[in-house]
Amino acid sequence: MIEVKNLEKTFGDQKVLKGISTRFEAGQTNLIIGQSGSGKTVFLKSLLGIHTPEAGTISFDGRIYSALDKDEKRELRTEIGMVFQGSALFDSMTVEENVGFPLKMFTNKTAEEIKERVNVVIDRVNLVNANHKKPSEISGGMQKRVAIARAIVNNPKYLFCDEPNSGLDPKTAIVIDNLIQEITQEYNITTVINTHDMNSVMEIGEKIVFLKNGLLEWEGSKHEIFKTNNEAVTDFVYSSELFKKVRKMYLEEDNR
Amino acid sequence: MMLIRYLSQIGRYFIMLKEIFSKPTKWSMMKQLILKEIDDLIIDSLGIVSFISFFVGGVVAIQTALNLTNPLIPKYLIGFATRQSVILEFAPTFISIIMAGKMGSFITSSIGTMRVTEQIDALEVMGVNAVNYLVFPKIIALLLYPFVIGLSMFLGILGGWIAAVYGGFASSPEFITGLQEDFIPFHIAYAFIKTISFALILATIPSFHGFYMKGGALEVGKASTVSFVWTSVVIILVNYILTQLLLS
Repeated sequence: MIEVKNLEKTFGDQKVLKGISTRFEAGQTNLIIGQSGSGKTVFLKSLLGIHTPEAGTISFDGRIYSALDKDEKRELRTEIGMVFQGSALFDSMTVEENVGFPLKMFTNKTAEEIKERVNVVIDRVNLVNANHKKPSEISGGMQKRVAIARAIVNNPKYLFCDEPNSGLDPKTAIVIDNLIQEITQEYNITTVINTHDMNSVMEIGEKIVFLKNGLLEWEGSKHEIFKTNNEAVTDFVYSSELFKKVRKMYLEEDNR
Repeated sequence: MMLIRYLSQIGRYFIMLKEIFSKPTKWSMMKQLILKEIDDLIIDSLGIVSFISFFVGGVVAIQTALNLTNPLIPKYLIGFATRQSVILEFAPTFISIIMAGKMGSFITSSIGTMRVTEQIDALEVMGVNAVNYLVFPKIIALLLYPFVIGLSMFLGILGGWIAAVYGGFASSPEFITGLQEDFIPFHIAYAFIKTISFALILATIPSFHGFYMKGGALEVGKASTVSFVWTSVVIILVNYILTQLLLS
């Protein structure tokens, strides 16, 4: 579980996060949504420790990040898996080496044990015949799967994903979303996803946090987002005619 | 304002140097990284260093010979001048400037690309000391740089000997007499002290420019250029300071 209290972050004169408090439970997919410039990337990077907030606390199962020393922070980071927007695979390594990297770096497993574990997670993300290929030799969807495999190979407690399905076709995007949700439930991980994709919100949003101008405007589940009357949320989520119709159908069905 | 920016960059560079030696990467991983860097930085440079050294050595010998118009000046001076030029300046300093272009831009662009594509963020989020992981293997690999400069000295003098003898400017015994004339062994030590200093500069300044770059693909190119300029400037300054300290 990750608990955030009164998080504030400023760049120059601009206050990007203005006192955000929320809680992300283990075993559920938590989504951060909001318009461009709302502060969601800064929020995610603050959770990851890439940005240092001026005020507020972030606690990982009771461990307050800012109170940890350098070694404890590095130790905590070994419990974190991250899927970057552009996958961020190491392009000098093969798929197998990329996935095995955290194990090689942080565990004392033998080469055979690493290979075995790598094959398990590669199978789990449904990657076929890609073990010995370089990232540049595989498709964007496959790169995302490799990034997910690398993120979960060392059994992380926390999984962060930045726009995991950006640049993917709709079908692959749904596959990636479902994969993240299944893995979250299977391994009881606290997953936080930064997304613009409203399909993801409708499909896997067990908890959705909506940011507006650096403030937490609204939070709730994918079911609650259909019923909310918060104008900022409805303006953002139901901006397309298609989603307006989906919402109307959902509410009609719910009233029956 | 500009001065403050330069001072803060210099401060940041020294903080990076300190970071390189904190929280080392696991030895089993580091070993592979060092071998890869030896291949990329040292082995891959041997061809161009050999080519340049051989022909520049030849040119130094020919130009010295063409300037010896007075018949009273002995021909062995061709060998003497070639040895002094190659050992004292050409091999350690000018090959290092060339390497600032070759190795330096390779280091800056490869680390810079990792920054742009979030690979460095990925390392840091995992809890890896990214500076140690990326820069330390380069420093260790460049401990073999004196070997490259040694080869450059040998080939420079060989080039000079071939040009002098087969160009008809001096006989082989005359050239070899020149090579042995007034030989001061400390000059070799001086050249290798400079080489070790330049190796550290070549490993760290381009890494610094790659590691802390911001922006996209265009900025990677700019960072490589800036890195080459600063590496060359620092090499020239350190060359001057060491020469003043060691030879004055």
